[in-house]
Amino acid sequence: MSDTAHNPTRVLIVDDHAIFRAGLKAELEKGVEVVGEAAGVTEAVLLIGKLKPDVILLDVHMPDGGGVGVIRRTTELETVDGYSPCFLALSVSDAPEDVVQVVRAGARGYVTKTISGPDLIEAIERVRQGDAVFSPKLAGFVLDAFAKGPGSGPVDPELDLLTPREQEVLRLIARGYLYKEIALRLKISVKTVESHVSAVLRKLQLSTRHELSRWAAERNLVDYD
Amino acid sequence: MNPEPRRLRREPDGALIAGVCSGLGRYLDIDRDLIRIAVVVLTLLTSGLAALAYGFAWIVMPVSESPPAQVEEMRPAKRRDSWAVGVGAGLVALGLLFILREAGVWWSDALVWPLVIAAAGAALLWRQFTGSWKPGRTGRRNPAAYRIGFGVALVLGAALLFLYINGALNAGGDAALAAVTVIVVATLVLAPLWLRLGRRLADERAERIRSEERADVAAHLHDSVLQTLAMMQKRSDNPREVSTLARLQERELREWLSGKTGAERQASLGATLETVAAEVEEYHGVPVEAVTVGDRPLDERGLAMAGATREALVNAVRYAGEDGPIRMFAEITPKSAQVFVRDRGPGFDLEGVPDDRRGVRDSIIGRMERNGGRAEVRSEAGEGTEVELTMEMK
Repeated sequence: MSDTAHNPTRVLIVDDHAIFRAGLKAELEKGVEVVGEAAGVTEAVLLIGKLKPDVILLDVHMPDGGGVGVIRRTTELETVDGYSPCFLALSVSDAPEDVVQVVRAGARGYVTKTISGPDLIEAIERVRQGDAVFSPKLAGFVLDAFAKGPGSGPVDPELDLLTPREQEVLRLIARGYLYKEIALRLKISVKTVESHVSAVLRKLQLSTRHELSRWAAERNLVDYD
Repeated sequence: MNPEPRRLRREPDGALIAGVCSGLGRYLDIDRDLIRIAVVVLTLLTSGLAALAYGFAWIVMPVSESPPAQVEEMRPAKRRDSWAVGVGAGLVALGLLFILREAGVWWSDALVWPLVIAAAGAALLWRQFTGSWKPGRTGRRNPAAYRIGFGVALVLGAALLFLYINGALNAGGDAALAAVTVIVVATLVLAPLWLRLGRRLADERAERIRSEERADVAAHLHDSVLQTLAMMQKRSDNPREVSTLARLQERELREWLSGKTGAERQASLGATLETVAAEVEEYHGVPVEAVTVGDRPLDERGLAMAGATREALVNAVRYAGEDGPIRMFAEITPKSAQVFVRDRGPGFDLEGVPDDRRGVRDSIIGRMERNGGRAEVRSEAGEGTEVELTMEMK
């Protein structure tokens, strides 16, 4: 933490809406250093290579591939000097397909654009330290996607199931608890909460559960009779 | 230009018959018309063997998946090679006739020239009519018109020649033969035209549907988004009202985009709870962030639960509306449903709530218990309040 106090986190904003970028920049400059803005995928990939920001705030919906495109193309370009950027997806979309796509492509978190400035700064710091950030919406989605019993096909318990503890943590995030409140309630440390969330992120990225892609389609079609 | 390894494939997009010559031309990097001519010449020289080879190649050559750069070459308006196509079709017909004759299937040599000419004319016509046609290009000097006229003339000429050879043009000639010929000619000339017309009608219908959809979207944006933006400009001195308007509009737009009707949404517990949260937000102008997991059909218990949820949300809005968004989380399984309503307000002491305040006691705890559920209120000074509703479902 001490190094973040001396060197403010360097952030790149990638969003195709100029008004939104301006508003976001004004809000963020209270806590982090905004080193650049990109309005599109190609520009973003160029700037990431040039500026090497710590965290990239990524709009999910953009022309020419969107957030997923930026992550894929940056990962392809990854250089030998060990620089590996952290992506935090930022979107107006609640559509789970979009969210899951970006997270599975490699984003370390997802927050909605309605998030408050201080909360976003906290999320950025968290992502910079390699932790995962889930919005309540994403936590709800993950719970839903993993809730259904193992479907057809082989199930890898390491990847396809959530532990009871992970479910508890996700439920509390969905209920609007902050990490430190979750830690207090479950009588564990904040670090442990973070490691649970990171474990869930890993499962979300690697699991082959079909619910992760078919979630939306099933969401309103489930019949319980 | 083409990074893929060259493979021998048929190219139906550049095809005269089956795209064999076209594919061979691409593979050997030779103009495909040269290959075509060579094939026809070979057919003539070998008494039809080359045509058999063509048929064989048609069967064995795989179809090219992505016709590379073919689109540009094949732009139908620039039908420079239409004449070549006509001539080619005539020559191919000639080749086929030779094969038939060699094979012993034969009626009379008198058929040869009418058939060849008719084939050339028909090919010319089909090529004009069945490509994509730009309606705007039907000018007086349109080369396509010349080609069509020439095609019709060829077909008619072939018919006349045929009838002449068969003596049907003389008085007392074979009337039946003449009638059949007229029908064949009419089919050759009109079929492509008719096909063309059908396709254009389909195009127009698709275009009409598209423009109706556009008008629909425009109307909706006008009724909702633009109106809201105008309202927001008028109310710009009141940030709370502006943010309420924005959220209202956002939700409305999302619903519209998702294409779900109100009736569909009402049928399930999850959707009902989301609607309740939206209504509280709308009515009181305080953001309510709702997350639901799972779903089940709405029944009496579900309705009671929705009622209690609404009361909990209204309470949260009333006492903690200024302290950030209210959160609602609902987890619904086939057996049970749980709803959490959480605010970050000052919190309160449940024991200290006067008896005449019916909100918490009757509308939340009482209602849940009457329906076989339970409600728990946790509140600490400074830590906000959380209402937990639990209901076992039948």
